[in-house]
This record gives sequence, structure tokens and C-alpha cells, in this order.
Amino acid sequence: MYYDKLIFELSQKDRKGYSLPYSEIKDYDLDDVYLRDDCPNLPEVSELDVVRHFTNVSFKNFGIEKGFYPLGSCTMKYNPKINQDIANMPEFAGLHPYQPVETVQGVLKVYYETQKILAEISGLDTYSLNPYAGAHGELVGLMIMKAYHASREDYKRTKIIVPDSAHGTNPASATVAGFETIEVKSNQDGSVSVTDLRKVLSDEVAGIMLTNPNTIGMFEKDILKIAELVHEAGGLLYYDGANLNPILGKVRPGDMGFDIMHINLHKTFSTPHGGGGPGSGPVGVTRALKPFLPKPVIRKAGDIYLIDDHTDESIGQISHFYGNMGVVIKAYAYLLSNGKEHLPEVAKYSTLNANYIKESLKDLYHLPVKGHCKHEFVFDGLEDKSTGVTTLDVAKRLLDYDVHPPTVYFPLLYKESLMIEPVETESKQTIDHFINIMRTIAKEAKDNPELVKNAPHNTVVKRLDEALAARKPIVKYKDLVESQDKE
Amino acid sequence: MHKYMPHTKEDISAMLDTIGVDSIEALFSDVPKSLKHRDLDMPSAMSEIELLNHFKELASMNTPLKSFMGAGSYDHYTPSIIRHIIERQEFLTAYTPYQPEISQGTLQYIFEYQSMITQLTGMDVSNASMYDGATATAEAMFMACAQRKKKKILISETVNPNIVSVVETYAKYRGIEVIKIKSDNGETSLDDVKANFDKDSAGLIVQSPNVYGIIENYTGYRETLDEYKGMFIINSDPSTLTHLKTPRSWGADIAVGEAQSLGIPLSFGGPYIGYMATLNKYIRKMPGRICGVTKDSEGKRAFVLTLQAREQHIRREKANSNICSNQSLLALFVTVYMSVMGKKGVYEVQKQSKNHAHYMHTMLLKLPQFEEAFPDKPFFKEFTLKTTLDVDVIGKALIEIGYLGPLPFKKFDASKEDLVTFAVTEKRTKSEIDEVVAVLGAL
Repeated sequence: MYYDKLIFELSQKDRKGYSLPYSEIKDYDLDDVYLRDDCPNLPEVSELDVVRHFTNVSFKNFGIEKGFYPLGSCTMKYNPKINQDIANMPEFAGLHPYQPVETVQGVLKVYYETQKILAEISGLDTYSLNPYAGAHGELVGLMIMKAYHASREDYKRTKIIVPDSAHGTNPASATVAGFETIEVKSNQDGSVSVTDLRKVLSDEVAGIMLTNPNTIGMFEKDILKIAELVHEAGGLLYYDGANLNPILGKVRPGDMGFDIMHINLHKTFSTPHGGGGPGSGPVGVTRALKPFLPKPVIRKAGDIYLIDDHTDESIGQISHFYGNMGVVIKAYAYLLSNGKEHLPEVAKYSTLNANYIKESLKDLYHLPVKGHCKHEFVFDGLEDKSTGVTTLDVAKRLLDYDVHPPTVYFPLLYKESLMIEPVETESKQTIDHFINIMRTIAKEAKDNPELVKNAPHNTVVKRLDEALAARKPIVKYKDLVESQDKE
Repeated sequence: MHKYMPHTKEDISAMLDTIGVDSIEALFSDVPKSLKHRDLDMPSAMSEIELLNHFKELASMNTPLKSFMGAGSYDHYTPSIIRHIIERQEFLTAYTPYQPEISQGTLQYIFEYQSMITQLTGMDVSNASMYDGATATAEAMFMACAQRKKKKILISETVNPNIVSVVETYAKYRGIEVIKIKSDNGETSLDDVKANFDKDSAGLIVQSPNVYGIIENYTGYRETLDEYKGMFIINSDPSTLTHLKTPRSWGADIAVGEAQSLGIPLSFGGPYIGYMATLNKYIRKMPGRICGVTKDSEGKRAFVLTLQAREQHIRREKANSNICSNQSLLALFVTVYMSVMGKKGVYEVQKQSKNHAHYMHTMLLKLPQFEEAFPDKPFFKEFTLKTTLDVDVIGKALIEIGYLGPLPFKKFDASKEDLVTFAVTEKRTKSEIDEVVAVLGAL
């Protein structure tokens, strides 16, 4: 049964779902000039109405606990339950951000220890946990880059180099940080062309944004050369932490020559994606760049953990308080659960899983770049494209088999990109099941292409008319009621 | 073996056979030898029992307090059902709703959230959420500057200084000039707006209730800004908008703010949720995701992310904002809050908060240690007083009996060491207020 109700459509006048204590305090009336003359139209529903409504709404979603979720570049690993229990402890969730530091030493210690572990994993000096998400981390990192050049009175560095294979947030962050973007074309294997890089480097370049392994999951072999060239030209290297998973405990961005990076705690360190957030995008820097970290900084002086607002060279404040504490604490719990013994296994098994899928499907799906990948790789659609079945069709058909599709049409290097990231928490048995489904779909594409082109068939809704939504935006319940009245 | 990694020896060797290598290490042969890392210098793995004990120890180093502090973080009650709903794996573990056929759950609550935010603010359209109220305000500045193609913004000094700081950071790196507008008796000075607003200004940012808790009166602002087509950006605590005049009715072009006060726990400052809403005519310049209604191929009502051509993944360096992940689960949180509290409950919570705050205000003013900081200014659930007491002594005395006292205003402005700002919610009872007033009276 398709559940098709909005919470507003359940509303009955005078029904309620709350209880409040009787207040002994008498009413105080404000002057009418400050008061609204209508009451916002919120639903009037019982507690059971609310629970049942959102339970039914939830059934229309696919989460990691339902099935395999090989969404490339998103690192959809298992989100441990214990971490949620810890984050809910009232001694953490009940703290006001401006409590005196002596009453919040526990949470400050979580921050401090997390900063330390992240610095060790990435080969950098220290971290700020204030940025709220990956893109926010990028923005903060680029601000740090700008502040660094400005501190040396080198104001002509207004350009950031970004490969064309980069995530859209990279060039967007550069713009928001007030830089111009120079896009460099990648080699056909997604790697940076050292020859092209030499051409664009100049004393106007503030730095370069890279990820390694790169967007198609290949390790950037020339990374040391690239770092040398950029540094020689006076620029800095920014590491986009989206692909950190397969190098944990193996290689460190700081050792590769990166000066600044962000980590997506909601990818690499298992905190849930929450349907699009809250994430957390801590930013790490080398020792030379530490003074520029955003305010406030959490540090330790003797045995006391402090919140330091007085960092003069700081880029400034980029969050109201200290970022998403509730996310940081889950990541810290994950780091401790794995410890130094098992964290490197994350890199090993995510890489093993990806290569296993790649080798098991490359006869039926077109593999543009040979060689060992890291945690993810990209197919350029089906090997046999004669029936016109596209990557989008394959993705939609996967929905019928209860598998979340891989990332589609990214990176932009190939026309039919299908980007698969299987993560280390998935077993060989789950992966074999996925491989069988992918092989079945490839066969269906040949024998019964219409079946694939019209997929999905088993989902609560079928393919959607996205153009209709953009042409006549209905973006709130009131619009919907008005549009129904017109009909 | 580790509980989060299911690979048996047999699995590994079968997988290596398929790949055609003899060890996992061989898959890393492309990593330059000089880069291969030694062992990590970090704690050893903990079992679940050890982990819980470790966190219990950390928890014992924290002291949750009954709060009379606000300043952007308000201690309202969280109904029990909210946790149960937002921790359903279907909501908690899903990614951004890029595959709409299996993300109708997320998309639907975003639509319901947008509907509720537009009800509170009176605006036409809301996005799916921002990181927090401060970054939402900075993004509103970007939006105003892009819409008007100008590089100057005015911001009132009665806006919470942390929000001002974030706006200034964002502005500095994008080359936007920020002009601070003075206040008069704790309220934005319209005269100073008039003195500074010119043809190069993209707009004005104000906050109401403001950093002192004062409800500002924006009569005459719209007309002043209209002279040079200025965008009017009002930052409000949305919970207060159940009672107070909406940003729309003051003539706002963009309504933004922090929605934590819709039942989100204090959480040491995050995760919270910024909201942003605007008028239809500006929808194409609004950052972030927007969910709209459409139909599927069989004509069923369904939800989808819309107007994505505005967003960073399409526009890349031409995008006006880089926001990607937002605070989606918190959008669900406040949507469930506003559903279960409902039309009357959200109003009633704020009514009690307002009444309790005014009661405390009256009782404190009976003490010789306190006087009004801004005489005759209206406030909602937060108010600022001048005190003859040492503000640090106030804080210490109240912690001793389990309360977080008022904000010492010197945290924001060192010159204002005799000001304290109290916030009162429905959770603070008459007897708690009486107890605190008695303790302060005895200092």
C-alpha cells in the first residue's frame, strides 16, 4: 500500500499530541504592534498520528540497514549503534555551549583527543572540528590558504587549480572563498597531467585542490612530483578528504605533501549521513598554518582543556559554536572501536572489495581504466551498448533488486559513468549477490531492454517528472492546496 | 577479525584469486614506497564494554546544568517520540535523496519542513536547511549581494556577535564590505541605517529578538531600504514567530535564523539547524536544496529535488553557494517537533517561556542588585539587566546549586561587564525561578 498522506492532511481541529505542566505564572501581554495576527498553520494531530505518519513515511526510504549501498564517493559504511547511544548520553547532549569550561572537561577532551587522532592519521599538525560538512571544510581550508598568502603580503595569488574530475563543491568553494578557478583537464585515467600542471602554475596560483586516490579510485602516482611543483611555484596543496577511506594507516596526506585537508566524518568515520546531514568536515593543517585555524580553538593547557577565542591570525569564526558535537563524538567512538590495530584494515578491505567487484564485472561493463583501484572505481556503462540501455536505466533497475544504485554520471570524464564504492563493512556474500544482480541486469539489457529502460517496477513511485516540478514549483503545503483548488 | 569487517580468511583468498594477486598488499603496489606509513600512534581498539566505560568516565567530567542562559541555545523540552523517529534507520542512515524513487521519505519530510518554516516566517519558499543560524545569515548576505550585484552589506550591532563574526569572515574572503549599524537603547538605530544605506548597499541584516532579547520594531525600514532596492534580511528565532510579527509582515526579503529552539537538545552547540526562506521572486538565487511536488510516470503524487540548476554540483565555479550536505536530519527533528506539539503546543511552549521570563524579570527588578539595562524595551523569553554584582560571582553561586546562570555580556563585549542576559523556557518552573532569585538576592 502506498502511503500518500502529508502530516497536514491528518490534521483535525483541536486534536493534540503534547502535554505541558500547568504554569502558576500569570500571562504577560505584549503590545499588539509586535504580535502576528494569525496563528501559523501547523498540524493538529495526536501522538500516535505523528508516530504512525513518520513510520509510514520512513518506509519510503532506503537505508544502509536495508541493503547494499555502493554509492561511489559517499562511503556508505555501517553506522554503529553504540555510537548513537553514546551521543545521546545526557552528560553530552545536555550541555550548553557557553557553560564554564570546568563543567565541560569531558566533551572538550573528546574534541582534543579527536583532533590528535585525526592529525596522526593524516600526517598533519592539528585540526579544527568546527566545520559542519565537507564543503564547509573546503571553504575553511581555502580561507586558510588565502590568509597564509596574505600574511606574507603575497596578494597576487588569486587562483586555485581544480581538476575537471573534481566534485562540484571544489570549484564552488573556491568561488565562495573569493578565488578564481583554473580547471585542468585530467588524463584519460583521471590522473593529473604533470605537463598541463606545469603550464598553469605561476605566481598567481594560491594552490591546488586534489583528492588521492582520485575520483576514479586510482592512486595519483606522481603525487610527490605534483607537490614539489606546486610548492616550488609558491602554492599550497589542499586535500579533499572524500576518498580517505582506502589510505587509512597506509599513506598520509601530510606525507604526500598536502598542507591543508578536510575529513568527512560522515564518510570515513562512520557517522550516519542522516538523509543529507548533519555531517562534519574537520580541517587539518601543517604546523605553519596552525595560527590561521578558525575560532574558537580547543586546546589543552596543563591538565585543563580550554576554548580559546584569542587567536589573532585566525581566519575568524565560521560556525556559531564548535561545529556538530553530536557527530564528532560518534566519530571518536568509531576511532576507538577500531583502534590502531584495525583502522588500517578499513583501507585493505575496502580496496579488496572494490577490486573484486571490478574484476568480476569487467567483461559485461566497460572499464575505461585498467589496473588496481583503491576503494572505488568507475565503469563507463555497459560493455554492449547496442540496445540503448544507459547507466541511468541500470541504476533504476537495481532499485527493483533492493540495491541502492552506485553514483551515476559522475565523474564527468565518461559519458556513462557508474561509480561503485563497496566499503569494508560489506561481506563477500553481499558482494557476490550484487555481482549476480549486475550480471542479470546486463543480460536483461540484451534480451529484454524495455524491461530495464522502464525500470523501476517495484518501487513505491516510478520515474518522476522532474521538469514538471521545476516548471510549476510547488514547494509548500499551501501551494499544493491552492493548486488542487484550481483543478 | 573485527566486528565491523566481515572478511574471513577463506573470503580473502577467494577474492584475491579472482583479482589475480596473491596479497592485499599487492593492491597497494602503486603507492610509492617512501610514502608507506609506519604503525599509527593512537589508542588500541576497545571492546564495547571498554568503550562504554571510557565514555562514562568522560561523561563524569561534564556537568549538565538547569539553564537560565540562551544566547543562541535554548533549553526547551524535547518530546520523547522525536528520538525514536529520527533514529529509524530509514531516515538516519540514508544518503542525500538523489534517487527519488527510494528517497520519498526524506523528500516528503523536507517538503513538510519547508511548509512549516514558511508558515512561521510568512515567506513564500524555504530551502531544506543550512548548517546553523550564523552560516544561514552569511549565505543570506551572499544571496542579497548576488541578487543586487553589489558588494556591501549593513548589519546591526544588536545582532548576536557570533553571527556578526561569521558574517564578517564570509564577507572578508569574498570581498564584501560589512558596515556595522549602531544601536539606540538596545535596539537597531533606524537613523544610523539611513545615514549609512546608499546606492552601493545590497541590504541590511537585523535580528529580532536581538542579542539583548529585545523585540525590535521595524516600522519604516522597508521604505528606507526601498530607496536603493535594498534586501531586508531578518534573523529570528523561529519558535518566537508563533507569537511575534513575521519577517514577511515587516517587509523582509529573506528570513533566516537558528531553529534549535524548536526542541533540539543543547548538544554543546551542535548539531543545530539554520533555516532560510525568501520570496518567490528570489527562489533562483536561494542556496541549498529545495524539494517540490511532482508526479511519477503513473500520475502518483511524489516529491523531488527541484531547481537544481542553482546548485554547486551543476554550476560548479559559477555557483553562488557551495553548500552540499546540510542538516537534513535536524529538519526532520523540528518537523516532528512541530507536528507533535502542533499548532497549540508550539504556541503554548513559547507563551509559558515568555510568561516565565517576564515573571523572573519582575522578581529580579525588585532586588537592589539589578536594574533595567534598556528601559521600556519589550522582550520575549530573554532579557538583559544591569547588575551591581560581579557577574563571575553570579555564575559560581548558581553552579553550586545546579544552575547555569545568565550570560555575562562581557563574553561578547568586554566594556559591558555589568550586563547579564537571562533566558527562561517552559522548563524552568516558578519554584526554580524563585530559588535563583533568592540566591541572587542574598549575594
